[in-house]
Amino acid sequence: MMSKTVTRKLLGSMCGLQTPRLTYCQTAVTASRREKEMIKSRELEKEELRPLYMDFQATTPMDPRVLDAMLPYQVNYYGNPHSRTHAYGWESESGMEKARKQVADLIAADPREIIFTSGATESNNMAIKGVARFYKAKKKHIITTQTEHKCVLDSCRVLEAEGFDITYLPVKTNGLLDLKQLEESIRPDTSLVSVMTINNEIGVKQPIKEIGQLCRSRNVFLHTDAAQAVGKIPIDVSDWKVDLMSISGHKIYGPKGVGALYVRRRPRVRIEPMQNGGGQERGLRSGTVPTPLAVGLGAACEVAQQEMEYDHKRISMLAKRLVQKIMAEIPDVFLNGDPEQRYPGCINLSFAYVEGESLLMALKDVALSSGSACTSASLEPSYVLRAIGADEDLAHSSIRFGIGRFTTEEEVDYTAEKCIHQVKRLRDMSPLWEMVQEGIDLKGIKWTQH
Amino acid sequence: MSFGVLPNTVVNMASSSRAQVISLYRMLLRESAKFPSYNYRTYALRRVKDGFRENIAVDNPKALDVLLNQARESLAVIKRQVAIGQYYATQKTVVEGQRNRNV
Repeated sequence: MMSKTVTRKLLGSMCGLQTPRLTYCQTAVTASRREKEMIKSRELEKEELRPLYMDFQATTPMDPRVLDAMLPYQVNYYGNPHSRTHAYGWESESGMEKARKQVADLIAADPREIIFTSGATESNNMAIKGVARFYKAKKKHIITTQTEHKCVLDSCRVLEAEGFDITYLPVKTNGLLDLKQLEESIRPDTSLVSVMTINNEIGVKQPIKEIGQLCRSRNVFLHTDAAQAVGKIPIDVSDWKVDLMSISGHKIYGPKGVGALYVRRRPRVRIEPMQNGGGQERGLRSGTVPTPLAVGLGAACEVAQQEMEYDHKRISMLAKRLVQKIMAEIPDVFLNGDPEQRYPGCINLSFAYVEGESLLMALKDVALSSGSACTSASLEPSYVLRAIGADEDLAHSSIRFGIGRFTTEEEVDYTAEKCIHQVKRLRDMSPLWEMVQEGIDLKGIKWTQH
Repeated sequence: MSFGVLPNTVVNMASSSRAQVISLYRMLLRESAKFPSYNYRTYALRRVKDGFRENIAVDNPKALDVLLNQARESLAVIKRQVAIGQYYATQKTVVEGQRNRNV
């Protein structure tokens, strides 16, 4: 049985505050309510310094070169690209087509295979629901993984309600897919396999080339959500045998609100369109293409292609610097996801005996996240961490560090120092840490209520 | 978009183009230092320096021309984006406010 002081200390360290004297049950209820209010959203004061941005997986700042390419289309070249009868339409269309070529060149595709959408979520929805519904007469099975983005999982859930069979493949503890399991789950009536290239929470890079080979040999379409991968690692859709690929603008230093879907033409992939109308974008996505955004996406892709090697070298160096600094100073820090098969700029660390939300609150000078932006509203630990088999308490203490093109050594050093300092401070307040230091095995303790 | 050549080790470049390269390099660095945003400023300065260092051994006049034109384009982009950044300037970041720095 825990004494009142231990309870108070325990909850105090978990919330980063000193709690008043309450019984265990009362503190538990108010703790969960308090946790919801802990990181209150507020605007920065006038003279307050801005936090460092280390959340590049959530979104990225626009590269100045991208903004420069977009502005003429916001100010002067404002025509509708589908107007065929005047110069405004022609110049807008020419900008859009140039952008299409730039996107296609980045993934070694043909420009006719690129469809502009409103983002990777729309692309994912189009790809999964479109393929499933088109081929539903003969094929009713779809395979995906448990670590996919919410939009993929939710689309599959909707399809399940329509009568499809979905297999959610588990991943190994390093986050990678087991190819044997994938091979065994492919049935004669499988129409689509959907696996994301780089995971947005743990940064793990799936073996898309091998998966593509497998799918092509079994006559199954492969869709990959490459939102985090495009422009960061070299992608060749023919080499990888990918049939559908989702691209997001705001993950590659482009504008928010635009993305693209790559739909293979040879061999042809048919999709049932979700958005009907005037037949734009090969009839697959009707609606006026937002020329400034498309131009921005194209410029972002071109810049990414030029800067890919430089950025990759630099980001790898910074990531190594951050992880080595942190791990050298504090023990019991775990990197989630495979250490080799990963994108270096996405680092998900679990700090044992420290609560993730309280660490985030303590690190208020640095913009970080624990788990992805789309799941941070709930108190549940991220489903991705659960899927890789992370312990419940380690899943609660994970923080995701994002490093990108604009990150400096100074920012990395500042983040590492602050992180080390705060983790040490929070651990000093934690009775669990005290017990571990004394050599008690936490897993062997039988906790009881008052 | 990339940058030109840092000429201090290239002997067989014509003196006029050497002067051009030096002046472009200086102008790029001077304009890049005017970015109000910490991240854009540090990136531009670093990228210009690294870009010039990368092409240090280029002496083929045609290739040099291409690179110099790209550098001039980049200079124009930086000037415009610096102006926009100044119109919409906001607070400094935590690492800037810490001590008096040139960057």
